[in-house]
Amino acid sequence: MTPTDSLSRASSRRAGRRSLAGTLERVLPRLVVAPSLAVALFFVYGYMLWTFILSLTGSRMLPQYNFVGLEQYARLFANERWHVAATNLVVFGGLFIAICLVLGLALAIFLDQRIRQEGALRTIYLYPMALSLIVTGVVWRWLLNPSLGIEALVQSWGFENFRFDWLVDPDMAIYTLVIAAVWQASGFVMALFLAGLRGIDDSLFKAAALDGASLPRVYWRIVLPCLRPVVFSAVMILAHIAIKSFDLVMALTGGGPGYATDLPATFMYAHTFTRGQIGLGSASAIMMLCGVLAILIPYLYSELRERKHG
Amino acid sequence: MSALEIRNVRKTFGDTEVLKEISLAIDSGEFLILVGPSGCGKSTLMNAIAGLEPVTAGEIHIGGEDVTWRTPAERDIAMVFQSYALYPSMTVRQNIAFGLEMRKVPKAERDQAVERVADLLQISQLLDRKPSQLSGGQRQRVAMGRALAREPQIYLFDEPLSNLDAKLRVEMRTEIKKLHQRLGTTIVYVTHDQIEAMTLADRIAIMRDGHILQLGTPDEVYNDPADMFVAGFMGSPAMNFLSASLEGGPGEYRVRVETEGAQAPLVLPWPVERETEALASQVGRPVTLGLRPEHFSEEDERLGDQAEGTRFEATTTVVEPTGADTLLQVRLSGVEATVRLGPKSRIKAGDRIALRVDMSRAVLFSTEDESRLA
Ligand SMILES: Nc1ncnc2c1ncn2[C@@H]1O[C@H](COP(=O)(O)OP(=O)(O)OP(=O)(O)O)[C@@H](O)[C@H]1O
Ligand SMILES: [Mg+2]
Repeated sequence: MTPTDSLSRASSRRAGRRSLAGTLERVLPRLVVAPSLAVALFFVYGYMLWTFILSLTGSRMLPQYNFVGLEQYARLFANERWHVAATNLVVFGGLFIAICLVLGLALAIFLDQRIRQEGALRTIYLYPMALSLIVTGVVWRWLLNPSLGIEALVQSWGFENFRFDWLVDPDMAIYTLVIAAVWQASGFVMALFLAGLRGIDDSLFKAAALDGASLPRVYWRIVLPCLRPVVFSAVMILAHIAIKSFDLVMALTGGGPGYATDLPATFMYAHTFTRGQIGLGSASAIMMLCGVLAILIPYLYSELRERKHG
Repeated sequence: MSALEIRNVRKTFGDTEVLKEISLAIDSGEFLILVGPSGCGKSTLMNAIAGLEPVTAGEIHIGGEDVTWRTPAERDIAMVFQSYALYPSMTVRQNIAFGLEMRKVPKAERDQAVERVADLLQISQLLDRKPSQLSGGQRQRVAMGRALAREPQIYLFDEPLSNLDAKLRVEMRTEIKKLHQRLGTTIVYVTHDQIEAMTLADRIAIMRDGHILQLGTPDEVYNDPADMFVAGFMGSPAMNFLSASLEGGPGEYRVRVETEGAQAPLVLPWPVERETEALASQVGRPVTLGLRPEHFSEEDERLGDQAEGTRFEATTTVVEPTGADTLLQVRLSGVEATVRLGPKSRIKAGDRIALRVDMSRAVLFSTEDESRLA
């Protein structure tokens, strides 16, 4: 055997091993993610599909497969309580997003003025986000309870006529949800804005000052336009939180008084799991999914387009 | 009347004093360049002139008026930043017009100003683009356009070219020089670049640790530096500092410099016309002789011993041809000295070479406190 022979044999053996290793290397990641992918497909998309199928049936206490077409959707839109829930979502979502954005931006601009103790303040503002919405709901239920919380406290200071009973007022109860949700999420929005502001070149402010722009003008004309992507992301995230709000409502008002603070999520829960209206509940769930998609698709579209152009 | 006058300005951040009693005055139409090592307070001084940072003490006058406590907008100043600081969400046109808009200049006039500036800087075809769609050089032009649109009394440039590549930098440098000559603007300009400083400036201020060490024409700071720091800072390659000792007396001072090997030390006669009072007290003491690379020349036989005592031999350790000339390193008085020779020089590393020293522009410093002696 010549030396070249043995050399080529060795190299071909190495190549064989390399190809085995290569195959393994290619397949391994797929093997690793396969179970979780299967689970996700089944539990997320599978159940989505199942919910959709159920929404086309006349199911009540238990799933049945007597298809009734879009009748459940017709019932849903004729349902007074669904209308309350949908209107509540618009009011709650609109106010929640708007106030969070304004408050978050104001806090971020305030913190961006290089004040002392910034780190501590930032943590304080951000802290509510670390709590679960259940905890937030319970805390605010106590605070807003007329005979225990703020009203009782102020009255005990001697302001006997002070009234703050939104929690038990069917017309105002929805705003208590807004208060609690804003308290929870505005710190997070602030953090988003603060990160955006920190990314802005200091010399932009200097240039604007030399150009004679007042500070509000600088923010309005120069800084805010730079933060447009941040606003966009914040709205996306907040809209999500609003549509999915369930735990907060359950802990704070339980949907009451009556069903004055029902949101689509609590409506869906009540009908599907406690009132034996699985078909109707599924229809409402599908409507919520449509709501989320209506927000998500334009977002993804613009993101992807930007990526392509960027 | 000076366009800008700074009187005893001091600036402290907490406990650190960044500007220490800065005073300077520049005339209308003058091009002043600030140079100095990083952190010496150049940007801080610019910000103080612009009103972006309040001064701790002192006064700033612009066009004869005390503006020390005026806002940046009230000072009639424009500034070009190293990062350009273009407003990202606005088009080039809006960027240029923004300062005028904030000053409530009517639309028609603003458009005119934009046209004028765009013509001047040849950016007319870029007016409707966003800054993110421009190259570095184009951004630089727009940043200058924004400053020019307002026709302020004073322009401040804080390292405007340092983000450009070498070729573009040279182009823009020439452009700025032309612009200055054409418009007769008053400019204060910060740079790290030696050549920028020497070519653009009417006068150069060299700063260190919040002081202005010297303020003079490029020729003055180069040939007549106030101290060893200025001498070493200006010029590239830097001035050679050789330890030496001073001998003789008035009318016949000599500077003795050790050479390598067994050669006799160099004894260089100090030019009589450049003697100063300060020399007398230094006789017999160690001094530092400052020689720029171009103060050396290759020994020329025809000179004979006309310039006796200024000739020495040395071994070259490094040869760096730069194209325009050849730089050599030779050992002299215990250090590597840089020598600049003509491009035709055929010397190789390791060669022994005979050199002559031109003492007519040499400078002498005290070794103790680095001050200038003669
Ligand atoms: N806001 C500030 N607070 C505290 N110290 C500061 C502040 N701004 C600048 N300094 C300090 O002042 C000194 C001078 O800074 P300056 O920016 O003027 O330097 P420079 O000469 O422009 O340097 P470079 O050439 O690197 O731009 C530095 O030591 C810096 O740390
Ligand atoms: Mg600087």
